[in-house]
Amino acid sequence: MVMIIQTYGTMLLKAMGHTLLLCLLSLVFATIIGMIFGLMNVGHNRLLNFIGTVYVDAVRGVPLIVLAYFIYFGIPAGIQSLGFTGFKMDALQAGTIALSMNCGAYMAEIVRAGIQSVDRGQMEAGRSLGLSYGAGMALIVVPQAVRTMIPSIINQFIITLKDTSILSVIGFPELTNVGKTIMGNTFKNLQAWAIVGIMYLIVITLLSKVSKRIERRINRGR
Amino acid sequence: MADNKDVKISVKNLKKSFGTLEVLKDISLEVTEGEVVVLIGPSGSGKSTLLRCLNQLEKATSGQIMIDGFDVTDKHTDINKVRENIGMVFQHFNLFNHLNVLKNMTLAPVHLKRLSKEDARDKAMQLLERVGLSDKAQAYPSQLSGGQKQRVAIARALEMNPDIMLFDEPTSALDPEMVGEVLAVMKELARDGMTMMVVTHEIGFAREVASRVIFMEGGYIIEEGTPEEVLDHPKEPRTIDFLSKVL
Repeated sequence: MVMIIQTYGTMLLKAMGHTLLLCLLSLVFATIIGMIFGLMNVGHNRLLNFIGTVYVDAVRGVPLIVLAYFIYFGIPAGIQSLGFTGFKMDALQAGTIALSMNCGAYMAEIVRAGIQSVDRGQMEAGRSLGLSYGAGMALIVVPQAVRTMIPSIINQFIITLKDTSILSVIGFPELTNVGKTIMGNTFKNLQAWAIVGIMYLIVITLLSKVSKRIERRINRGR
Repeated sequence: MADNKDVKISVKNLKKSFGTLEVLKDISLEVTEGEVVVLIGPSGSGKSTLLRCLNQLEKATSGQIMIDGFDVTDKHTDINKVRENIGMVFQHFNLFNHLNVLKNMTLAPVHLKRLSKEDARDKAMQLLERVGLSDKAQAYPSQLSGGQKQRVAIARALEMNPDIMLFDEPTSALDPEMVGEVLAVMKELARDGMTMMVVTHEIGFAREVASRVIFMEGGYIIEEGTPEEVLDHPKEPRTIDFLSKVL
Protein backbone atom coordinates (compact mmCIF):
# COMPACT_ATOMS: atom_id res chain seq x y z
CA MET A 1 0.00 0.00 0.00
CA VAL A 2 2.78 2.41 0.98
CA MET A 3 4.62 1.35 -2.14
CA ILE A 4 1.67 2.18 -4.33
CA ILE A 5 1.25 5.59 -2.72
CA GLN A 6 4.97 6.31 -3.07
CA THR A 7 5.14 5.25 -6.69
CA TYR A 8 1.77 6.42 -7.94
CA GLY A 9 0.90 9.24 -5.52
CA THR A 10 1.36 12.11 -7.94
CA MET A 11 -0.40 10.16 -10.69
CA LEU A 12 -3.37 9.52 -8.41
CA LEU A 13 -3.57 13.15 -7.35
CA LYS A 14 -3.40 14.26 -10.96
CA ALA A 15 -6.16 11.77 -11.77
CA MET A 16 -8.26 13.18 -8.95
CA GLY A 17 -7.67 16.61 -10.48
CA HIS A 18 -9.00 15.31 -13.80
CA THR A 19 -12.02 13.83 -12.05
CA LEU A 20 -12.75 17.14 -10.34
CA LEU A 21 -12.23 19.11 -13.56
CA LEU A 22 -14.62 16.86 -15.46
CA CYS A 23 -17.12 17.02 -12.62
CA LEU A 24 -16.93 20.80 -12.25
CA LEU A 25 -17.28 21.48 -15.99
CA SER A 26 -20.22 19.10 -16.17
CA LEU A 27 -21.93 20.67 -13.17
CA VAL A 28 -21.67 24.15 -14.67
CA PHE A 29 -23.17 23.05 -17.98
CA ALA A 30 -25.69 20.76 -16.29
CA THR A 31 -26.95 23.64 -14.15
CA ILE A 32 -27.47 25.75 -17.26
CA ILE A 33 -29.15 22.86 -19.11
CA GLY A 34 -31.27 22.08 -16.06
CA MET A 35 -32.41 25.69 -15.70
CA ILE A 36 -33.34 25.97 -19.39
CA PHE A 37 -35.22 22.67 -19.68
CA GLY A 38 -36.73 22.96 -16.21
CA LEU A 39 -38.17 26.38 -17.07
CA MET A 40 -39.37 25.04 -20.43
CA ASN A 41 -41.28 22.36 -18.55
CA VAL A 42 -43.09 24.67 -16.14
CA GLY A 43 -44.15 27.26 -18.73
CA HIS A 44 -47.43 27.22 -20.60
CA ASN A 45 -46.02 26.90 -24.09
CA ARG A 46 -46.95 23.43 -25.35
CA LEU A 47 -44.09 23.22 -27.84
CA LEU A 48 -41.50 24.09 -25.17
CA ASN A 49 -43.13 21.63 -22.74
CA PHE A 50 -42.84 18.95 -25.41
CA ILE A 51 -39.18 19.67 -26.14
CA GLY A 52 -38.37 19.70 -22.44
CA THR A 53 -40.15 16.42 -21.78
CA VAL A 54 -38.54 14.69 -24.74
CA TYR A 55 -35.09 15.79 -23.63
CA VAL A 56 -35.53 14.63 -20.06
CA ASP A 57 -37.11 11.31 -21.03
CA ALA A 58 -34.57 10.59 -23.75
CA VAL A 59 -31.52 11.26 -21.60
CA ARG A 60 -32.93 9.48 -18.56
CA GLY A 61 -33.83 6.52 -20.75
CA VAL A 62 -30.27 5.91 -21.95
CA PRO A 63 -27.53 4.55 -19.67
CA LEU A 64 -24.69 7.02 -19.17
CA ILE A 65 -22.16 4.54 -20.47
CA VAL A 66 -24.07 4.20 -23.75
CA LEU A 67 -24.42 7.96 -24.01
CA ALA A 68 -20.67 8.33 -23.50
CA TYR A 69 -19.89 5.75 -26.20
CA PHE A 70 -22.36 7.41 -28.54
CA ILE A 71 -20.82 10.85 -28.10
CA TYR A 72 -17.17 9.75 -28.08
CA PHE A 73 -17.30 7.19 -30.89
CA GLY A 74 -20.69 7.54 -32.58
CA ILE A 75 -20.87 11.25 -33.25
CA PRO A 76 -17.32 11.69 -34.63
CA ALA A 77 -17.90 8.65 -36.87
CA GLY A 78 -21.11 10.20 -38.13
CA ILE A 79 -19.52 13.57 -38.80
CA GLN A 80 -16.53 11.96 -40.51
CA SER A 81 -18.83 9.98 -42.78
CA LEU A 82 -20.32 13.32 -43.88
CA GLY A 83 -16.91 14.22 -45.30
CA PHE A 84 -15.32 16.07 -42.37
CA THR A 85 -12.62 13.43 -42.06
CA GLY A 86 -10.47 15.50 -39.73
CA PHE A 87 -13.15 15.76 -37.04
CA LYS A 88 -12.04 14.58 -33.63
CA MET A 89 -13.27 14.88 -30.11
CA ASP A 90 -11.05 14.30 -27.11
CA ALA A 91 -12.14 12.29 -24.12
CA LEU A 92 -12.56 15.33 -21.88
CA GLN A 93 -14.87 17.04 -24.37
CA ALA A 94 -16.94 13.92 -24.94
CA GLY A 95 -17.01 13.15 -21.24
CA THR A 96 -18.12 16.66 -20.34
CA ILE A 97 -20.90 16.58 -22.94
CA ALA A 98 -22.15 13.16 -21.84
CA LEU A 99 -22.07 13.98 -18.16
CA SER A 100 -23.60 17.46 -18.64
CA MET A 101 -26.45 16.03 -20.69
CA ASN A 102 -27.07 13.30 -18.13
CA CYS A 103 -26.85 15.47 -15.04
CA GLY A 104 -28.74 18.27 -16.86
CA ALA A 105 -31.77 16.05 -17.34
CA TYR A 106 -31.94 15.29 -13.63
CA MET A 107 -31.32 18.94 -12.79
CA ALA A 108 -34.23 19.89 -15.09
CA GLU A 109 -36.47 17.68 -13.01
CA ILE A 110 -35.16 19.22 -9.79
CA VAL A 111 -35.78 22.72 -11.17
CA ARG A 112 -39.27 21.79 -12.33
CA ALA A 113 -40.20 20.25 -8.99
CA GLY A 114 -38.68 23.19 -7.11
CA ILE A 115 -40.61 25.78 -9.10
CA GLN A 116 -43.84 23.82 -8.83
CA SER A 117 -43.40 23.65 -5.06
CA VAL A 118 -43.79 27.45 -4.87
CA ASP A 119 -47.42 28.43 -4.28
CA ARG A 120 -49.16 29.66 -7.42
CA GLY A 121 -50.33 32.71 -5.51
CA GLN A 122 -46.77 34.05 -5.42
CA MET A 123 -46.65 34.41 -9.20
CA GLU A 124 -50.22 35.73 -9.27
CA ALA A 125 -49.39 38.42 -6.75
CA GLY A 126 -46.40 39.44 -8.84
CA ARG A 127 -48.41 39.51 -12.04
CA SER A 128 -51.20 41.49 -10.37
CA LEU A 129 -48.63 44.20 -9.59
CA GLY A 130 -47.75 44.43 -13.26
CA LEU A 131 -44.63 42.26 -13.36
CA SER A 132 -44.04 40.21 -16.49
CA TYR A 133 -43.92 36.40 -16.31
CA GLY A 134 -40.13 36.51 -16.63
CA ALA A 135 -39.72 39.11 -13.89
CA GLY A 136 -42.08 37.15 -11.64
CA MET A 137 -40.01 34.01 -12.19
CA ALA A 138 -36.67 35.72 -11.68
CA LEU A 139 -37.56 37.93 -8.71
CA ILE A 140 -40.21 35.94 -6.88
CA VAL A 141 -40.56 32.28 -7.82
CA VAL A 142 -37.01 31.09 -8.54
CA PRO A 143 -35.43 32.62 -5.40
CA GLN A 144 -37.98 30.71 -3.31
CA ALA A 145 -37.67 27.55 -5.39
CA VAL A 146 -33.88 27.45 -5.02
CA ARG A 147 -34.23 26.96 -1.28
CA THR A 148 -36.26 23.80 -1.66
CA MET A 149 -34.02 22.64 -4.51
CA ILE A 150 -30.70 22.80 -2.68
CA PRO A 151 -30.71 19.38 -0.95
CA SER A 152 -31.61 17.67 -4.23
CA ILE A 153 -28.99 19.67 -6.10
CA ILE A 154 -26.28 18.68 -3.62
CA ASN A 155 -27.34 15.07 -3.96
CA GLN A 156 -27.19 15.34 -7.76
CA PHE A 157 -23.72 16.90 -7.58
CA ILE A 158 -22.46 13.94 -5.54
CA ILE A 159 -24.00 11.48 -7.99
CA THR A 160 -22.32 13.33 -10.85
CA LEU A 161 -18.96 13.23 -9.11
CA LYS A 162 -19.30 9.46 -8.79
CA ASP A 163 -20.56 9.13 -12.36
CA THR A 164 -17.28 10.54 -13.65
CA SER A 165 -15.87 7.06 -12.97
CA ILE A 166 -18.08 5.69 -15.74
CA LEU A 167 -16.15 7.84 -18.19
CA SER A 168 -13.07 5.71 -17.60
CA VAL A 169 -14.54 3.59 -20.42
CA ILE A 170 -13.71 6.22 -23.02
CA GLY A 171 -10.15 6.47 -21.80
CA PHE A 172 -10.27 9.76 -19.93
CA PRO A 173 -7.47 9.60 -17.34
CA GLU A 174 -9.66 10.24 -14.31
CA LEU A 175 -9.30 8.46 -11.00
CA THR A 176 -10.96 5.13 -11.81
CA ASN A 177 -9.08 4.84 -15.08
CA VAL A 178 -5.77 5.46 -13.32
CA GLY A 179 -6.80 2.91 -10.70
CA LYS A 180 -7.10 0.36 -13.52
CA THR A 181 -3.64 1.28 -14.79
CA ILE A 182 -2.09 0.88 -11.34
CA MET A 183 -3.83 -2.41 -10.83
CA GLY A 184 -2.54 -3.61 -14.21
CA ASN A 185 1.01 -2.62 -13.32
CA THR A 186 1.13 -3.94 -9.77
CA PHE A 187 -1.51 -6.70 -9.69
CA LYS A 188 -2.38 -5.42 -6.21
CA ASN A 189 -6.14 -5.39 -6.61
CA LEU A 190 -7.05 -4.91 -2.97
CA GLN A 191 -4.67 -2.06 -2.23
CA ALA A 192 -5.17 -0.19 -5.51
CA TRP A 193 -8.95 -0.14 -5.31
CA ALA A 194 -8.94 0.60 -1.60
CA ILE A 195 -6.84 3.69 -2.24
CA VAL A 196 -9.06 4.83 -5.12
CA GLY A 197 -12.19 4.22 -3.06
CA ILE A 198 -10.86 6.17 -0.10
CA MET A 199 -9.90 9.07 -2.35
CA TYR A 200 -13.47 9.31 -3.68
CA LEU A 201 -14.81 9.00 -0.16
CA ILE A 202 -12.67 11.86 1.15
CA VAL A 203 -13.59 14.24 -1.64
CA ILE A 204 -17.29 13.43 -1.49
CA THR A 205 -17.40 13.76 2.29
CA LEU A 206 -15.73 17.15 2.04
CA LEU A 207 -18.17 18.19 -0.68
CA SER A 208 -21.19 17.20 1.40
CA LYS A 209 -19.82 19.04 4.43
CA VAL A 210 -19.28 22.22 2.43
CA SER A 211 -22.72 21.92 0.82
CA LYS A 212 -24.41 21.43 4.17
CA ARG A 213 -22.78 24.62 5.36
CA ILE A 214 -23.96 26.52 2.28
CA GLU A 215 -27.45 25.10 2.73
CA ARG A 216 -27.56 26.24 6.34
CA ARG A 217 -26.36 29.72 5.41
CA ILE A 218 -29.04 30.13 2.75
CA ASN A 219 -31.75 28.92 5.09
CA ARG A 220 -30.64 31.35 7.73
CA GLY A 221 -31.40 34.26 5.37
CA ARG A 222 -35.07 33.35 5.39
CA MET B 1 -73.22 55.52 -21.40
CA ALA B 2 -73.14 59.28 -21.27
CA ASP B 3 -72.25 59.55 -17.63
CA ASN B 4 -70.35 62.56 -16.44
CA LYS B 5 -68.52 60.33 -13.95
CA ASP B 6 -65.65 58.25 -15.28
CA VAL B 7 -66.48 54.64 -16.00
CA LYS B 8 -63.57 52.67 -14.53
CA ILE B 9 -64.67 49.12 -15.25
CA SER B 10 -67.02 48.02 -17.97
CA VAL B 11 -67.82 44.36 -18.54
CA LYS B 12 -69.94 43.23 -21.47
CA ASN B 13 -71.29 39.71 -21.91
CA LEU B 14 -68.36 38.11 -20.12
CA LYS B 15 -68.22 34.33 -20.23
CA LYS B 16 -65.61 32.13 -18.65
CA SER B 17 -65.29 28.37 -18.81
CA PHE B 18 -62.81 25.99 -17.23
CA GLY B 19 -62.88 23.10 -19.64
CA THR B 20 -66.52 22.13 -19.93
CA LEU B 21 -67.51 23.90 -16.72
CA GLU B 22 -69.02 27.30 -17.44
CA VAL B 23 -68.36 29.47 -14.40
CA LEU B 24 -69.44 32.86 -15.70
CA LYS B 25 -72.41 32.67 -18.01
CA ASP B 26 -73.22 36.19 -19.14
CA ILE B 27 -71.94 38.99 -16.98
CA SER B 28 -72.33 42.67 -17.78
CA LEU B 29 -71.64 45.44 -15.33
CA GLU B 30 -70.18 48.88 -15.00
CA VAL B 31 -68.29 50.49 -12.16
CA THR B 32 -67.75 54.23 -12.01
CA GLU B 33 -65.00 56.11 -10.25
CA GLY B 34 -65.18 56.02 -6.47
CA GLU B 35 -67.78 53.27 -6.33
CA VAL B 36 -67.43 50.44 -3.84
CA VAL B 37 -69.04 47.37 -5.32
CA VAL B 38 -69.45 44.36 -3.07
CA LEU B 39 -70.00 40.95 -4.64
CA ILE B 40 -71.82 38.39 -2.54
CA GLY B 41 -73.15 34.94 -3.29
CA PRO B 42 -72.69 31.27 -2.44
CA SER B 43 -69.33 29.63 -3.10
CA GLY B 44 -68.97 28.51 -6.68
CA SER B 45 -71.16 31.34 -7.90
CA GLY B 46 -68.30 32.87 -9.90
CA LYS B 47 -67.57 35.96 -7.78
CA SER B 48 -63.84 35.34 -7.47
CA THR B 49 -63.56 34.28 -11.10
CA LEU B 50 -65.23 37.52 -12.16
CA LEU B 51 -62.75 39.51 -10.09
CA ARG B 52 -59.81 37.55 -11.49
CA CYS B 53 -61.02 38.11 -15.04
CA LEU B 54 -60.86 41.87 -14.52
CA ASN B 55 -57.06 41.85 -14.32
CA GLN B 56 -56.85 38.78 -16.53
CA LEU B 57 -55.39 36.43 -13.96
CA GLU B 58 -58.07 34.32 -15.62
CA LYS B 59 -58.44 34.80 -19.35
CA ALA B 60 -62.00 35.56 -20.39
CA THR B 61 -63.49 32.95 -22.71
CA SER B 62 -65.60 35.57 -24.49
CA GLY B 63 -66.97 39.03 -23.95
CA GLN B 64 -65.29 42.37 -23.42
CA ILE B 65 -63.69 43.95 -20.35
CA MET B 66 -62.69 47.60 -20.43
CA ILE B 67 -60.48 48.93 -17.61
CA ASP B 68 -59.66 52.64 -17.64
CA GLY B 69 -60.58 52.63 -21.32
CA PHE B 70 -58.25 49.74 -22.19
CA ASP B 71 -59.73 46.56 -23.59
CA VAL B 72 -57.94 43.91 -21.52
CA THR B 73 -59.44 41.07 -23.54
CA ASP B 74 -57.66 42.43 -26.61
CA LYS B 75 -54.38 40.58 -27.22
CA HIS B 76 -52.68 43.81 -28.28
CA THR B 77 -53.29 45.53 -24.97
CA ASP B 78 -50.23 45.57 -22.72
CA ILE B 79 -51.87 43.80 -19.81
CA ASN B 80 -48.90 44.40 -17.51
CA LYS B 81 -49.33 48.17 -17.90
CA VAL B 82 -53.05 47.94 -17.11
CA ARG B 83 -52.34 45.74 -14.08
CA GLU B 84 -50.04 48.39 -12.65
CA ASN B 85 -53.18 50.44 -12.05
CA ILE B 86 -55.27 47.65 -10.56
CA GLY B 87 -54.29 46.56 -7.08
CA MET B 88 -55.35 43.11 -5.98
CA VAL B 89 -55.63 41.65 -2.51
CA PHE B 90 -55.90 37.88 -2.18
CA GLN B 91 -57.56 35.58 0.31
CA HIS B 92 -54.23 34.00 1.22
CA PHE B 93 -52.29 37.29 1.23
CA ASN B 94 -49.60 36.02 -1.14
CA LEU B 95 -46.85 38.08 0.40
CA PHE B 96 -43.45 37.23 -1.07
CA ASN B 97 -42.13 34.91 1.61
CA HIS B 98 -38.45 35.43 0.85
CA LEU B 99 -38.60 39.22 1.22
CA ASN B 100 -39.20 41.46 4.21
CA VAL B 101 -42.19 43.79 4.37
CA LEU B 102 -40.36 46.75 2.88
CA LYS B 103 -38.96 44.70 -0.03
CA ASN B 104 -42.40 43.18 -0.61
CA MET B 105 -43.75 46.65 -1.13
CA THR B 106 -40.94 48.21 -3.14
CA LEU B 107 -40.10 45.28 -5.43
CA ALA B 108 -42.62 45.96 -8.20
CA PRO B 109 -42.57 49.79 -8.31
CA VAL B 110 -38.76 49.86 -8.35
CA HIS B 111 -38.44 47.07 -10.90
CA LEU B 112 -41.03 48.72 -13.16
CA LYS B 113 -39.32 52.09 -12.67
CA ARG B 114 -42.43 53.76 -11.32
CA LEU B 115 -40.49 54.98 -8.29
CA SER B 116 -36.83 55.38 -7.38
CA LYS B 117 -35.54 53.22 -4.55
CA GLU B 118 -35.62 56.12 -2.09
CA ASP B 119 -39.09 57.31 -3.10
CA ALA B 120 -40.45 53.76 -2.95
CA ARG B 121 -39.01 53.39 0.52
CA ASP B 122 -40.46 56.67 1.77
CA LYS B 123 -43.83 55.87 0.29
CA ALA B 124 -43.79 52.38 1.78
CA MET B 125 -43.09 53.79 5.22
CA GLN B 126 -46.00 56.23 4.88
CA LEU B 127 -48.32 53.44 3.80
CA LEU B 128 -47.18 51.19 6.62
CA GLU B 129 -47.93 53.95 9.04
CA ARG B 130 -51.37 54.30 7.50
CA VAL B 131 -52.13 50.59 8.03
CA GLY B 132 -50.58 50.74 11.50
CA LEU B 133 -47.49 48.62 10.85
CA SER B 134 -44.56 51.05 10.73
CA ASP B 135 -42.68 48.89 13.22
CA LYS B 136 -42.86 45.86 10.92
CA ALA B 137 -40.93 47.22 7.93
CA GLN B 138 -38.03 44.82 8.45
CA ALA B 139 -40.14 41.80 9.45
CA TYR B 140 -40.54 38.76 7.23
CA PRO B 141 -44.05 37.51 6.36
CA SER B 142 -43.58 34.41 8.53
CA GLN B 143 -43.23 36.72 11.55
CA LEU B 144 -46.60 38.42 11.01
CA SER B 145 -50.12 37.47 12.06
CA GLY B 146 -52.78 36.94 9.40
CA GLY B 147 -54.29 40.34 9.92
CA GLN B 148 -50.90 42.00 9.70
CA LYS B 149 -50.08 40.08 6.54
CA GLN B 150 -53.26 41.22 4.90
CA ARG B 151 -52.67 44.84 5.87
CA VAL B 152 -49.19 44.61 4.35
CA ALA B 153 -50.73 43.09 1.24
CA ILE B 154 -53.09 46.05 0.96
CA ALA B 155 -50.21 48.48 1.49
CA ARG B 156 -48.19 46.63 -1.14
CA ALA B 157 -50.98 47.05 -3.66
CA LEU B 158 -51.37 50.74 -2.76
CA GLU B 159 -47.65 51.34 -3.25
CA MET B 160 -48.27 51.07 -7.01
CA ASN B 161 -50.72 53.96 -6.71
CA PRO B 162 -53.56 52.06 -8.36
CA ASP B 163 -56.86 53.67 -9.23
CA ILE B 164 -58.83 50.45 -8.79
CA MET B 165 -58.54 47.94 -5.95
CA LEU B 166 -59.83 44.37 -6.16
CA PHE B 167 -60.34 42.37 -2.95
CA ASP B 168 -60.80 38.62 -3.28
CA GLU B 169 -62.25 37.42 0.04
CA PRO B 170 -59.68 39.42 2.00
CA THR B 171 -60.89 38.32 5.43
CA SER B 172 -61.89 34.70 4.77
CA ALA B 173 -58.57 33.21 5.85
CA LEU B 174 -58.33 35.30 9.01
CA ASP B 175 -59.03 34.43 12.62
CA PRO B 176 -62.20 36.25 13.70
CA GLU B 177 -60.38 38.70 15.97
CA MET B 178 -58.28 39.94 13.05
CA VAL B 179 -61.10 40.61 10.61
CA GLY B 180 -61.83 44.01 12.11
CA GLU B 181 -58.37 45.48 11.58
CA VAL B 182 -58.40 44.58 7.88
CA LEU B 183 -61.93 45.84 7.32
CA ALA B 184 -60.98 49.10 9.05
CA VAL B 185 -58.21 49.69 6.51
CA MET B 186 -60.61 48.92 3.68
CA LYS B 187 -63.24 51.29 5.04
CA GLU B 188 -60.72 54.08 5.24
CA LEU B 189 -59.71 53.37 1.66
CA ALA B 190 -63.33 53.53 0.55
CA ARG B 191 -63.83 56.83 2.37
CA ASP B 192 -60.83 58.25 0.52
CA GLY B 193 -62.64 57.61 -2.74
CA MET B 194 -60.87 54.50 -4.05
CA THR B 195 -62.77 52.55 -6.69
CA MET B 196 -63.16 49.11 -5.15
CA MET B 197 -64.59 45.73 -6.00
CA VAL B 198 -64.83 43.40 -3.03
CA VAL B 199 -65.76 39.74 -2.89
CA THR B 200 -66.69 39.03 0.70
CA HIS B 201 -68.94 37.21 3.10
CA GLU B 202 -68.91 40.19 5.49
CA ILE B 203 -72.47 41.38 5.06
CA GLY B 204 -71.92 44.02 7.74
CA PHE B 205 -69.08 45.51 5.70
CA ALA B 206 -71.28 45.52 2.60
CA ARG B 207 -74.06 47.32 4.44
CA GLU B 208 -71.75 49.95 5.85
CA VAL B 209 -69.39 50.65 2.98
CA ALA B 210 -70.83 49.46 -0.31
CA SER B 211 -72.30 51.89 -2.79
CA ARG B 212 -73.68 48.87 -4.61
CA VAL B 213 -74.17 45.21 -3.76
CA ILE B 214 -74.24 42.53 -6.43
CA PHE B 215 -75.64 39.10 -5.67
CA MET B 216 -74.31 36.33 -7.92
CA GLU B 217 -75.32 32.73 -8.27
CA GLY B 218 -74.54 30.03 -10.83
CA GLY B 219 -72.49 32.37 -13.00
CA TYR B 220 -75.15 35.06 -13.33
CA ILE B 221 -75.78 38.37 -11.65
CA ILE B 222 -79.12 37.72 -9.97
CA GLU B 223 -79.73 41.03 -8.31
CA GLU B 224 -77.95 44.33 -7.79
CA GLY B 225 -78.63 47.62 -6.10
CA THR B 226 -77.89 49.68 -3.02
CA PRO B 227 -77.18 47.75 0.19
CA GLU B 228 -80.70 48.63 1.44
CA GLU B 229 -82.29 47.28 -1.73
CA VAL B 230 -80.35 44.04 -1.96
CA LEU B 231 -79.66 43.24 1.68
CA ASP B 232 -82.80 44.55 3.38
CA HIS B 233 -85.43 44.31 0.68
CA PRO B 234 -84.28 41.64 -1.76
CA LYS B 235 -86.71 40.84 -4.56
CA GLU B 236 -85.29 37.65 -6.01
CA PRO B 237 -86.15 34.42 -4.16
CA ARG B 238 -82.57 33.17 -4.52
CA THR B 239 -81.20 36.33 -2.89
CA ILE B 240 -83.71 35.98 -0.06
CA ASP B 241 -82.73 32.34 0.37
CA PHE B 242 -79.00 33.13 0.45
CA LEU B 243 -79.38 36.02 2.88
CA SER B 244 -81.52 33.94 5.20
CA LYS B 245 -78.60 31.53 5.48
CA VAL B 246 -75.80 34.02 6.09
CA LEU B 247 -77.50 36.67 8.21
